[in-house]
Amino acid sequence: MEEGWNRPPVMEPDGEAELLEVAMGPHHPSTHGVFRMDVALDGERVIRLKPVFGYLHRNHEKIAEQASYLASMPYTDRLDYFCSLTNNWAYALAVEKLTAQEVPERAEYIRVILAELTRIQNHASAIGFLIQEMGASGTPLMYAFKEREKILDLFESLTGSRMMCNYMRFGGCRVDVSAAWLSAARRVVDGLPAFIDEFENLLSGNEILMARCQGIGILRPELAINAGVTGPMLRGSGVDYDIRKVDHYGIYDRFKFRVPLGDHGDIYDRYMVRVLEMRESITILNQALKEIPGGPIMDSRAKLRGFRPKPGEAYGRIEAPKGELGFYLISDGGPNPYRYRVRPPSLINLTVLEDMCLGSNVADVVLIFGSVDIVLGEVDR
Amino acid sequence: MKTLEEIKSAIEAAVPGAGLEIVPNPSPSGQHSLRLAPAHATEVAKFLRDDAELAFDFLSNVTGVDWPDKEITEKVKVTRTVTKTVDGVEQTVEETVEEPRKRMQPGCLEVVYHLFSMAKKHGPIVLRMKTINRTDQVELPSLTPIYRSAEFQEREIFDLYGVVFTGHPDLRRLLMWEGFKDHPMRRDYVDPDDYEYEPTPHDAVLARAAASKAAQEATGQEGAGQ
Repeated sequence: MEEGWNRPPVMEPDGEAELLEVAMGPHHPSTHGVFRMDVALDGERVIRLKPVFGYLHRNHEKIAEQASYLASMPYTDRLDYFCSLTNNWAYALAVEKLTAQEVPERAEYIRVILAELTRIQNHASAIGFLIQEMGASGTPLMYAFKEREKILDLFESLTGSRMMCNYMRFGGCRVDVSAAWLSAARRVVDGLPAFIDEFENLLSGNEILMARCQGIGILRPELAINAGVTGPMLRGSGVDYDIRKVDHYGIYDRFKFRVPLGDHGDIYDRYMVRVLEMRESITILNQALKEIPGGPIMDSRAKLRGFRPKPGEAYGRIEAPKGELGFYLISDGGPNPYRYRVRPPSLINLTVLEDMCLGSNVADVVLIFGSVDIVLGEVDR
Repeated sequence: MKTLEEIKSAIEAAVPGAGLEIVPNPSPSGQHSLRLAPAHATEVAKFLRDDAELAFDFLSNVTGVDWPDKEITEKVKVTRTVTKTVDGVEQTVEETVEEPRKRMQPGCLEVVYHLFSMAKKHGPIVLRMKTINRTDQVELPSLTPIYRSAEFQEREIFDLYGVVFTGHPDLRRLLMWEGFKDHPMRRDYVDPDDYEYEPTPHDAVLARAAASKAAQEATGQEGAGQ
């Protein structure tokens, strides 16, 4: 391969046009928080785009290195605050790898159920926000939030909190699910296919949505792989890579589900992959809710107090709704991790933002950015 | 997937003099790593990416680690001449004693890369590189030309640890603001008394500021942080 093939091309303005430099953000409603893009425009055309990070930086990793292993668990909720349960799982998985801790079967099922519910509410709101940014002010977002609300109510009744769940522990989960909770979850899951049908009726064949999304923000599969893009964005470009299928972490090898793939790598494919992933999550949920066994939810050998892993290191990763969420831990035998690293999918998926935006209209930048689906709590950490 | 030993010999066959070393990982995760000599790191990474069988096309995670200077106390045998009074006569005798000696083990900055393969669906392979010290020889080759995913992650390590990646196309601070001086993830980093430029009316902050101002005046040194 040629040197520099994976860099964004350097674009020149046409003729004698004067360049307009715009700072989009940090206080721009479409930036999902505080994020800035320094954009250079030739008329409507984007010819340079540099993302600027750090407005929400609080050095999560340093704080975690000064706290005990368990004390960082509630802090992981604040990384991607839409998906606190998958953050908990990724961290618990890394620590369990570090200490060879086993997890009881019932806890594994609970984790899968919560992770898939998290994925559905994340994808629904990601699509809602994307359509909102397209100018459909409110309606699709309200459809998505109506369903998300039901899922958050489930989280609240189980963990005590709607978004900051702090639910998983090294070797299991914090509280057991009741039979009443499981039947409530089943009712919510039974209502989901009708919601997705309704959502798709409203959106998938919509002429305006297709005109704004198809052929815009194309990401080539080779570049996606090279730039470490993961999650629905990668699969929207047609690369078959789902960590649930590759690593079989937890008990994902027991469930039958398909991995939806896009064809063109444009915004519409990323939208469609998210819709189809929601449908696959429902099939996983149906299987998990049917098969969930009884038994303990915490391994009896799990140690919560005086927890000191032996020296060594481990990297654990899961397929979070936004991509590969990994935790890399180095232990020196003490009560705190010597090194605690978060591999943030939101930040790394933004690597290709400039490549996708170059040459398109400035109005499409908002859409392309929305189709990446980021949360600034995780980007800036 | 091949074992780490097989991968090591495959790299050594392709990149002569690669200077690889297997770093064992005592934890049950079993993720052992390969230490690279910085001089050959880009060639090794290119081989790992382009080799048809290994096909590590996906660089997932880049981590910086700080290993500060460590004081090691060890016992050293010392022979010395002493003057003793034996039976009322002064004599010069040689005796051997064990004496604790302190020596400084120089620290370094380390960068750890986790590679996976999307084509073959295997991994991870863990690569690590060390700088010579933590102060003035902190250059390491950048893997961004080979793996684009290192672009922001290496910028973050440059920002928070101070590793200078040679060959990086756009090496700027990522999370801290322009003009910030220190590297906050280093283990000897001292928080500034206050992140605001104007003094705040909080007693605890003011007391801390007064104490460190007095200490600075006593030693005549500039404070850490900004």
